[in-house]
Amino acid sequence: MAKILLIAEHDGTTLNPSTAKTVACAAEIEGAEIDVVVLADSAAQVAAEAATLDSIARVLTIENAANKHPLAAVLAPQIVALAGAYSHVFGPSTTFGKDLMPRVAALLGVNQISDIMSVEGSHTFKRPIYAGSAVVTMEAPSDLPVVATVRTASYRAIACSNAAPVESVASSAELPSHTRFIELQAGSSDRPDLQTAAKVVAGGRALGSDESFGLIYALAEKLGAGVGASRAAVDAGYVPNEMQVGQTGKIIAPDLYIAIGISGAIQHLTGIKDAGTIVAINKDEEAPIFEVADIGLVGDLFSIVPELTEAL
Amino acid sequence: MKKILVGLKRVVDYNVRVRVKSDGSGIETDGVKMSINPFDEIALEEALRIKEKGAADEVIVVSIGSADAQQQLRTGLAMGADRAILIETDVSVDTLSCARALLEIVNREDPFLVILGKQAIDDDNIQTGQMLATLWDRPQASFASQLDIDGDILHVVREIDIGLEKIEVDLPAVATADLRLNEPRYVKLPDIMKAKKKPLDTLPFSDLAIEPGPEIKHVLFEPPSERERGIMVDDVQGLVAALKDKGLV
Repeated sequence: MAKILLIAEHDGTTLNPSTAKTVACAAEIEGAEIDVVVLADSAAQVAAEAATLDSIARVLTIENAANKHPLAAVLAPQIVALAGAYSHVFGPSTTFGKDLMPRVAALLGVNQISDIMSVEGSHTFKRPIYAGSAVVTMEAPSDLPVVATVRTASYRAIACSNAAPVESVASSAELPSHTRFIELQAGSSDRPDLQTAAKVVAGGRALGSDESFGLIYALAEKLGAGVGASRAAVDAGYVPNEMQVGQTGKIIAPDLYIAIGISGAIQHLTGIKDAGTIVAINKDEEAPIFEVADIGLVGDLFSIVPELTEAL
Repeated sequence: MKKILVGLKRVVDYNVRVRVKSDGSGIETDGVKMSINPFDEIALEEALRIKEKGAADEVIVVSIGSADAQQQLRTGLAMGADRAILIETDVSVDTLSCARALLEIVNREDPFLVILGKQAIDDDNIQTGQMLATLWDRPQASFASQLDIDGDILHVVREIDIGLEKIEVDLPAVATADLRLNEPRYVKLPDIMKAKKKPLDTLPFSDLAIEPGPEIKHVLFEPPSERERGIMVDDVQGLVAALKDKGLV
């Protein structure tokens, strides 16, 4: 039977939506018994939220002042100390999980499966490689722990109607002091979160400046949408890094994705291929974005976008 | 001597549209353009800048792969690395074994800083740097967009999902380079000539006596499911109508 230890991602007060998606993946493993572990300075609030996640057996909490900020080198030994009782250790394929899980795998002496997009069996999973240009089926050894990250865009968040028990766990793992958190510069925005928004409007290099990105924000506001960008737009400094969508940025799956002035390089398309409906607005009718768009409109974004914002 | 070790992986070039072999056994790489993994180029550029500022004496580039990877190491030498090490193997090496092999080089060379790319654009695993840091029992500064050395401390800005995170780590440490860390320099012709004379040592992978990581089998490679091309509309009115039709606005 699969016993799965799932690492909760949170900011100290609320659970990151990636956790409910990771649970959805873990729950696809037949007969899975899932424990969610919350490592925090003070875990009660996050643990109470985690306890509502369907399909989980228990919430474990490890409280330690050193867990106030999610430093991989600090969290990993505490996770490994628990891992002996589990067949699988799962985390989300967010920057949190990408940083942390290889550290867990290396301490356990196993290889890691990154970005699970489908469960084929308790030890067999599919994952994308080459920016999603290929999908590989991977089979982990059945006698060793499976350490994996879950491609959250491939899963819908599991429902929250559970009341799982919360148990506090003491950890005697030795924690390093060689890595210290200084500060977080979070993008201050009251727009919907890019990774969970039902609608996303994204702009590319064709916007030409950070001022013109105002057109994207205006449309997004009208739609109640999150805002994303291509790598080119981030590199050019029009928008901050956390807005980048694609192979090396965020992988998202909104119901509606409107790509404006984005040509659609494969590295970008891999970040949006699970979107419900893709709309492309681009002046170049040959742009590869139109090959994947459900609705395409060829034309000048500087006249189309204000007109669209007005019409909605 | 203060050394920086940089990993360079030979990968299918960024601009190549890769195809899956028809028998599902792997990716078609015959006759395909190969390059240094772009993130590793950024890692090397950062190491060179640190050396140019006087904070390091030597930059060593290391690759694990076939003899062909000498091309990428030569390019690294042309960019400005002082010497190169190829850990040669003709079979693909799992990530944990790569980290173990890099640790072996770390133990021999004793660098104060190792910089790798945050991910290789072929397998997209995003694991090697973190695994090396773990095996070395040292800090990791993954997804770095800024590195500043201050004595025995490395100040790091990391690109994370919600913005930028500042941390500091004690050296020695492993950093992994994100896109905005720097813009790598172009290689000039005279540098390519000079690079031919720089030392490039080859070590057979088997000589390192690495315990192989438990194998995760690659059972089948398949092309991804493709999205189908949809409809084109003529104007904003048509777009709004199509969106309304789908119940999206």
